[in-house]
Amino acid sequence: MAIFHRMLTVFAALVGFALSGAAMAGDGQPTPWQLGFQDSATPIMTQITDFHDFLNIIITLVALFVLALMIYVVVRFNEKRNPNPSRTSHNTLLEVAWTVIPIFILVVIAIPSFRLLFAQYDFPKADVTITATGAQWYWSYEYPDEGIRFDSIMVPEAKLKEGQPRLLTVDNEVVVPVNANVIVGLKSNDVIHDWAVPSFGVKLDAVPGRYQKTWFRAEREGMYYGQCSELCGRNHAFMPIAVRVVSQDEYDAWIAEHKSAAIDTEGKVASAQD
Amino acid sequence: MANAQAEAHHDDRPTGVRRWLFSTNHKDIGTMYFILAITGGIVGGLLSMGMRTELMEPGMQVFTNPEVFNVLVTAHGLIMVFFMVMPSTMGGFGNWMVPLMIGAPDMAFPRMNNISFWLLAMAMTLLVLSLFMPGAPGTNGVGGGWTIYAPLSTSGTPGIAMDFAILALHLAGASSILGAINFITTILNMRAPGMTLHKMPLFVWAVLVTAFLLLLSLPVLAGAITMLLTDRNFGTAFFDSAHGGDPLLWQHLFWFFGHPEVYILIIPGFGIVSQIVSTFSKKPVFGYLGMAYAMVAIGVIGFVVWAHHMYAAGLEVNTQAYFVFATMVIAVPTGIKIFSWIATMWGGSLSFKTPMLWALGFIFLFTVGGVTGVVLANAGVDRSMHDTYYVVAHFHYTMSIGAVFSIFAGWYYWVPKMTGYMYSEALGKLHFWLMFVGANLTFFPQHFLGLAGMPRRYADYPDAYAGWNFVSTVGSYIGFAGLLVFLFSVAYMFARKQKVGDNPWGVGATTLEWTLPSPPPFHTYETLPRIK
Repeated sequence: MAIFHRMLTVFAALVGFALSGAAMAGDGQPTPWQLGFQDSATPIMTQITDFHDFLNIIITLVALFVLALMIYVVVRFNEKRNPNPSRTSHNTLLEVAWTVIPIFILVVIAIPSFRLLFAQYDFPKADVTITATGAQWYWSYEYPDEGIRFDSIMVPEAKLKEGQPRLLTVDNEVVVPVNANVIVGLKSNDVIHDWAVPSFGVKLDAVPGRYQKTWFRAEREGMYYGQCSELCGRNHAFMPIAVRVVSQDEYDAWIAEHKSAAIDTEGKVASAQD
Repeated sequence: MANAQAEAHHDDRPTGVRRWLFSTNHKDIGTMYFILAITGGIVGGLLSMGMRTELMEPGMQVFTNPEVFNVLVTAHGLIMVFFMVMPSTMGGFGNWMVPLMIGAPDMAFPRMNNISFWLLAMAMTLLVLSLFMPGAPGTNGVGGGWTIYAPLSTSGTPGIAMDFAILALHLAGASSILGAINFITTILNMRAPGMTLHKMPLFVWAVLVTAFLLLLSLPVLAGAITMLLTDRNFGTAFFDSAHGGDPLLWQHLFWFFGHPEVYILIIPGFGIVSQIVSTFSKKPVFGYLGMAYAMVAIGVIGFVVWAHHMYAAGLEVNTQAYFVFATMVIAVPTGIKIFSWIATMWGGSLSFKTPMLWALGFIFLFTVGGVTGVVLANAGVDRSMHDTYYVVAHFHYTMSIGAVFSIFAGWYYWVPKMTGYMYSEALGKLHFWLMFVGANLTFFPQHFLGLAGMPRRYADYPDAYAGWNFVSTVGSYIGFAGLLVFLFSVAYMFARKQKVGDNPWGVGATTLEWTLPSPPPFHTYETLPRIK
């Protein structure tokens, strides 16, 4: 009975969704019944989204073309309408056409594809550098230029505050300034993890023994969430990534606060050792 | 006297243990492969029911330990690949039909055929046992995914379950290599007089190409898992960066096997669908040579595209660019196949018996899985899709819908030949529609989940993903109902015992197996057929 009730709810939601038009894409996090990418917050993600929109049109047309041909064949050449089959088994022109036309389509796809790929690896000069270290099962962040380091651990459901999304909220977010080039270096000390933020168009493995880099330039302030994207064991689903993009002033204040906290901690450690 | 003994031997009809355990008959061995594949399909299907039920709602409902979910993901993948699809396409249809279709009395190495099967049965036993052995700390079973990436599969899984899984893969690999040698030898040497390579049915071509893929790719897997085994147990450090190894080496070796493997799963399906489309259109296959060499091309290119599974691993950008290019090339021979099937039907006289329904479903839905493959081939956009449900949707459209639909197509096509009984057309069609609706409802919404960013292999997900996950789970239940209808239809067929003649499909069925009685006698082609 519970299932039936739930199915009704889903059906009602589907109808409501169909009537309201396309679902809103999420800002920094997914939204219910979302169909496409999360809203882009970086130039790279905008480029990914545009390229995907273009690809989606091509693949939909190809799939519909095949479907149309199949429907035509089923309707026109079923045994009632066409009791006497032809014996045609060759048509050189046709065979050349369906080899060459797909090649043209692939070339049309390849040009923007390579442009996008090389743009992703065109590293700008860093404004902020962060190192993210994957561990089972949380992320540790370091701002090497500022001497700041902290762990970022998922907040369990019972401790969530109003409006904080479940499985995405962490105790200490990464903070970066808006419109700044942020280089993220990735490391791991145990198994492979993957640092991914959908709105930034960023996803890179943290591989033990390697130091790998990616970058993003967030153009809007706000909270952006991601999740570990390489199977890393028991709590793979519970080591989210949260990035807070703030104005330069807020960022400077945040740095100052955490720097002094870091110095304080070191001071305490030093005095404790005396 | 000697002559009489020889004749007695010739007419040997073993029974019981001698017939099955010691079997050297390709038909009996094929039947045993089908029993193994159906068992594997039921186990793998139940595992997916467990996963989908857990994912029906956000939060943990079925499993309290998320690692148990990972174990189900892993076992589902390994069982479906090694103990469901491969035993049915190569083991079942390959063993049954290749000798019948090329006019050979049996396989080239009948005893090796026997050991191939029993190694696979042992492999499956080991893999199922691994579910009950200690794996990651505090959990039983292997939870590293079917790709068992190091170091999660070395230091991350200290328990012996991983060693069970590795040995299971070793045995399954050895079984497949022996099987591949058998198929290649049989097809190259034992074709009936007059059957040149270019007259072979396309299913035989498909098995030949697949056998070469197996022969060339499985030794790489065997080497890689041996390195994994020695890393785990004997102090080597192939994949351990702390001692000079590299985790990415595992990924390269695994996918050098893994990518040909996905074509191993689907190419026999191409062959089956070609036979069926031609039979039920009452027309010869359109562009036969193009079809055969498209499979060869897919097989060859399939060996040079492996790192498109590793775009997020941190490969150098020019390397990624090469793999983008090579991967997109595969779309061309695949397109040739799709259009040639449609051209085969064009001008034909189509009848929509159950096998044809499955074949038509295959062609369209494999197209859907194919075009999302073209999207994923682009490293730039794969950045957003790698390891999300978009990938899960893509490979289930090609595998769960592609390979499985072709297997069911082949089942309904050849089961009257293999058993001598006609299946129930009504049950077969009900089975098709349940699976068609179920599979689409399960996997189409997963494209949306993936685009929205939901990572795969997650036991629990943010609440925003709840809606499409619920739809997906409902779809999987409908698909599972289809599986139950299938099992019932098999039982019903054997209970009803409706006899069929040599050729139930009429003028379209032109291959040699339809010239034999249904079921074929224990030994066939004691005098070789001549092909004009």
